[in-house]
Amino acid sequence: MTVYLVRRLVQALFVVLAMSVIVFIGVFAIGDPVEILISPDADQIERERAVRALGLDLPLWHQYLVFLGNALQGDLGRSFVFNEPALKLILQRMPATMELAFGAMFIALLVGLPLGLYAGLRPNSPASKTIMAGSILGFSLPTFWVGLMLIMVFAVQLGWLPSTGRGETCSVLGFVGLQPCNVGLQWSWLTGDGIAHMMMPAINLALFKISLVIRLTRAGVRETMLMDYVKFARAKGLSPARVTFVHVFKNILIPVVTVVGLELGSTIAFSVVTESVFAWPGMGKLIIDSINVLDRPVIVAYLMIIVLMFIAINLIVDLTYSMLDPRVRLETKGA
Amino acid sequence: MAAPTLEVRNLRTHFFTRAGIVKAVDDVSFTVERGKVLGLVGESGSGKSVTGFSIIGLVDPPGRVTGGQILFQGRDLAKISEEEMRDLRGNRIAMIFQDPMMTLNPVLRIDTQMIETVQAHKKVSREEARQRARDTLGMVGIPSPDERLMAYPHQFSGGMRQRVAIAIALLHEPDLIVADEPTTALDVTIQGQILAEVQKLAQTTGTSLIWITHDLSVVAGLADDVAVMYAGRIVEKGPVSEVLDAPLHPYTAGLIGSVPSRNKRGEPLRQIPGMTPSLLNLPPGCAFRSRCPRAAEACMAEPGISEILPGRETRCFFPMNTPAEQAA
Repeated sequence: MTVYLVRRLVQALFVVLAMSVIVFIGVFAIGDPVEILISPDADQIERERAVRALGLDLPLWHQYLVFLGNALQGDLGRSFVFNEPALKLILQRMPATMELAFGAMFIALLVGLPLGLYAGLRPNSPASKTIMAGSILGFSLPTFWVGLMLIMVFAVQLGWLPSTGRGETCSVLGFVGLQPCNVGLQWSWLTGDGIAHMMMPAINLALFKISLVIRLTRAGVRETMLMDYVKFARAKGLSPARVTFVHVFKNILIPVVTVVGLELGSTIAFSVVTESVFAWPGMGKLIIDSINVLDRPVIVAYLMIIVLMFIAINLIVDLTYSMLDPRVRLETKGA
Repeated sequence: MAAPTLEVRNLRTHFFTRAGIVKAVDDVSFTVERGKVLGLVGESGSGKSVTGFSIIGLVDPPGRVTGGQILFQGRDLAKISEEEMRDLRGNRIAMIFQDPMMTLNPVLRIDTQMIETVQAHKKVSREEARQRARDTLGMVGIPSPDERLMAYPHQFSGGMRQRVAIAIALLHEPDLIVADEPTTALDVTIQGQILAEVQKLAQTTGTSLIWITHDLSVVAGLADDVAVMYAGRIVEKGPVSEVLDAPLHPYTAGLIGSVPSRNKRGEPLRQIPGMTPSLLNLPPGCAFRSRCPRAAEACMAEPGISEILPGRETRCFFPMNTPAEQAA
């Protein structure tokens, strides 16, 4: 187990290194931030001073080495625009995106698993056919349109839910009462108002994932129900509930965990559309703004964090496998 | 004499597919006495497995038992509710499947799979259930059962897995075990061991067995009686030694003839010409007609099953090896 973890971490290190090179070159290729950042009226001397201050006068490989050296000390550069550490900018917005992504994933599992299970067990019932038709809608309706519709119906027409922003926030420690609410990382899900604000964007993000989970679960159930071990379980005289929730369910969780893990990663990284529609102050909004003004340090820092996050999620998924399926063992044990 | 453990009368199990009705089991009758072994023999698709699943009530749609009686200790299993059936399954009637690599759930430990079976039918503590599981594993010849209970199926060989499956079937000392080709997927040596053990268990516990197989040599060594199935019907049944020595039905004779050891070395194997007919549209008359060396005009009509010799029945107008024929 320890050997496995160490090996994975070394692998991760190389991935991060390779990604940093690719990202650095990629961002360099997009364009020159000087044109956007420095006012057109500035004279040659001012320009050169600014370029030198930003470190843009050095050759690319030198810039990269400087970046790498700083990164090793936990400094991913300062934003050209905000003149603040890029890492701090991103981390400030991270809780908002995280809670939205986890909220969406939670809804997707809560709704998707039972519906998928039902559709798999009774594939020919009218309810199952309705569920499957609904899942096609979930797949194909564009996120931004559904977001706008949600706002129209629930915020504008019915006035039940707020349409924009995070609402009231609180830190975890503040929620427990150890410190004032406004100190530390701010979360919306700790307050009633925050949850009301989260509701629509989370559902909007969840819609696609619900469909995905339904289809995966249904396919898994359909496949597993035909297995001999399910028939054998029935031949042992077990109750249908035990057969379904122990023998079938544990077997279908493996593909579901894989996809949910990857989906979670991409939701955290790329929930830009939903964050824009609901003016949710998350990382997605930040990265789009940074790309617009070619704020290189923020883009690079953001992508590096996303790479780290995907590595972490993949590791967790692999660890979960080994818990779910005894045939996947991370170490070789004497049989 | 006590009532037989199982008496199947005119069982019909049909599958209602889009292409038509498949009569997988059609008018099948047989009896299994207490402590006896019935060999159910036939080619693939002859309906022998479906017969087994009909008895234990696990025929999946689009199939269902459409007629006949399955009298288990006098109770008709075709009539009782699903709950009552579940009460019997794994308890009084157990089943062993063909492929031991597939019958145990890969993600559950052996102890989980055994204890749940004990607790499904007996209100006992987990500890007592574990005790029972351990004893049964020992009984089927699994060394250090305590350790093996904690293992997962993939840590066992095929033969060991089948022993575990047999142990699960034996947990409640059932009155009847339906074994669906349980040794087909195993090595010949392992097959021999398992056959010997099952036979011993059946004799000591008074458990009746229905042993479904296509392997006549297994039947010869294990069964008391044999029923030969062809195209969903029983074409011959009787005591195993008599049937194998002097088959009445040409199909039985064909099966016996295709066993390699029965031929002289260098001689070509005697095959049954042609193929099993599709059950979807069986031609009228005897289903074996087109492959039968003795077929005649009369075979256009459907032969009924009749007792030709004492204790021996066949479904044929022109049975072989009858006293009359042997005299001629």
